[in-house]
Amino acid sequence: MISEFLQYKFITNSLLAGILASISCGIIGTYIVTRRMVFLSGGITHASFGGIGIGYFFGLNPIISAAIFGVLSALGIEFVSKKTEIREDSVIGILWSFGMALGIMFIFLTPGYAPNLMSYLFGSILTVSTLDIWMMFGLSLILIMIFILFFRIILFISYDQEYAKTHKIAVDLINYLLISLVALTIVLNIKVVGIILVISLLTIPQSIANLFTKNFKNIILISIVIGLIGAFLGLVISYKINIPSGASIIFSLVMIFIIAKLLQLLKRKINLNRQRI
Amino acid sequence: MSKVVEIQSVFAGYNGDIILNDVSIDIFDDDFIGVIGPNGGGKTTLLNVILGLIKPYKGSVKFCDDLKFGRNNKIGYLPQQNNIDKKFPITVKDVVLSGLIYGVGFLSRYSKQDKLKAEETLRKIGISDLSKYAIGELSGGQMQKVLLSRAIVSSPRLLILDEPNTFVDNQFEGELYEILNELNKEMAIIIVTHDVGTISSYVKTIACVNRTLHYHKSNIITEEQLASYNCPIKLITHGEVPHTVLKKHSH
Ligand SMILES: Nc1ncnc2c1ncn2[C@@H]1O[C@H](COP(=O)(O)OP(=O)(O)O)[C@@H](O)[C@H]1O
Ligand SMILES: [Mg+2]
Repeated sequence: MISEFLQYKFITNSLLAGILASISCGIIGTYIVTRRMVFLSGGITHASFGGIGIGYFFGLNPIISAAIFGVLSALGIEFVSKKTEIREDSVIGILWSFGMALGIMFIFLTPGYAPNLMSYLFGSILTVSTLDIWMMFGLSLILIMIFILFFRIILFISYDQEYAKTHKIAVDLINYLLISLVALTIVLNIKVVGIILVISLLTIPQSIANLFTKNFKNIILISIVIGLIGAFLGLVISYKINIPSGASIIFSLVMIFIIAKLLQLLKRKINLNRQRI
Repeated sequence: MSKVVEIQSVFAGYNGDIILNDVSIDIFDDDFIGVIGPNGGGKTTLLNVILGLIKPYKGSVKFCDDLKFGRNNKIGYLPQQNNIDKKFPITVKDVVLSGLIYGVGFLSRYSKQDKLKAEETLRKIGISDLSKYAIGELSGGQMQKVLLSRAIVSSPRLLILDEPNTFVDNQFEGELYEILNELNKEMAIIIVTHDVGTISSYVKTIACVNRTLHYHKSNIITEEQLASYNCPIKLITHGEVPHTVLKKHSH
């Protein structure tokens, strides 16, 4: 059955997309969750919808225009919240809805029917193109390299950026770099799970991993493995009963989360009983 | 006895406001200076100037060559408050090790030597058994000891502590002063504190900071002297204080 499954090119593409999504989301998601940037990431995600609208209107690849738009929004949020008096969460709220508004405006202004709009909203892992795969591959490679080369500094800045400044570390520069990578990761994974659901790909695997380990590096590694399982299960479900991949992947991940939580409770109970004896 | 930092006629503050007004002080390598003064008087601002976190509008801050060109961090710092997220997944050992990162630090691994240094520091502070704990599992006093370890792991020439005893219990305070006494054999120490009574039996000199700085080169100080230094602080103390150290106002 597996070999029959793999025969189709779109299946191998989507398997590759699932693997690459697990890697990039495993790494960046851990950064987002531990630095409590989930709301910020939600803002970037929705802001990037403006880029998709612009892409439709001008006939560009929507993922590429969304990537540019997403990175600029991310840098904007970081800059405005650090250098001005405006509160960070207010900036995020404004850009969040402004991006959505721009996206809707441009899509309605685009003559004719907007093809594949649903796939950007809910994900369509079965339709990822070879170009998408290459972009996701490049991103994963960059993330792996940066997180290996700068791991100590990223960890330092993430847990105490004020103190890192006293150690003459280029905190601002690295924050800008990482927020751009957050935006790229979000946008390049939109095809896999869609705008509405991409945030869960960046948070559920980490929450599961965090049940088992309190070590940053291990959270990354376990998240990648859990992401892989979730993506594979979701892909099979999506293919079998013909529903958007975003929904089936997130559904699988939440099931894994529940099972993991139950296992953890069971283990605690057994340990407790053992102590009583 | 050699000079570590030389601060001359410094004016400093934030957004154009002047908080420190013509401040000068020399710090030597065996100093143990207690910095006192009212809230908002500019104590933390003075530390920020020494740490290079804010640039003075006027005046100079000179460091000895060791502090200036060292690749390692030669100033250790324990901040007044930390914004560390207790849920952040990092162990005590990694927190202490991060005290060794300075500047760019490309390499993603700590050397064997670094790790030995961290272990030795934890032993010195008396928290070797906490090494593998996540920071979320620590008490307030334990966390302060971890942050103190991070501050001294690079063997600094100067250790700066900003009100290290604010949120911790009395037991920690006693232990801290004993540790600082030991550390003072290896490095200069500047400690900001509200607890004038207890600190004066440990420090060697007292700096009163209230917009200006008055340097009192003894650890014995009276309320009259404080008043004349523009530093009206009550010498009320809790706990036992040697009488020779604290001269109460005499009528
Ligand atoms: N980051 C800052 N921006 C603007 N003003 C500040 C900042 N930090 C401190 N201040 C002001 O500088 C003054 C001195 O503060 P500080 O040095 O923290 O006092 P202390 O440590 O003696 O209590 C206060 O009036 C405070 O409001
Ligand atoms: Mg202060």
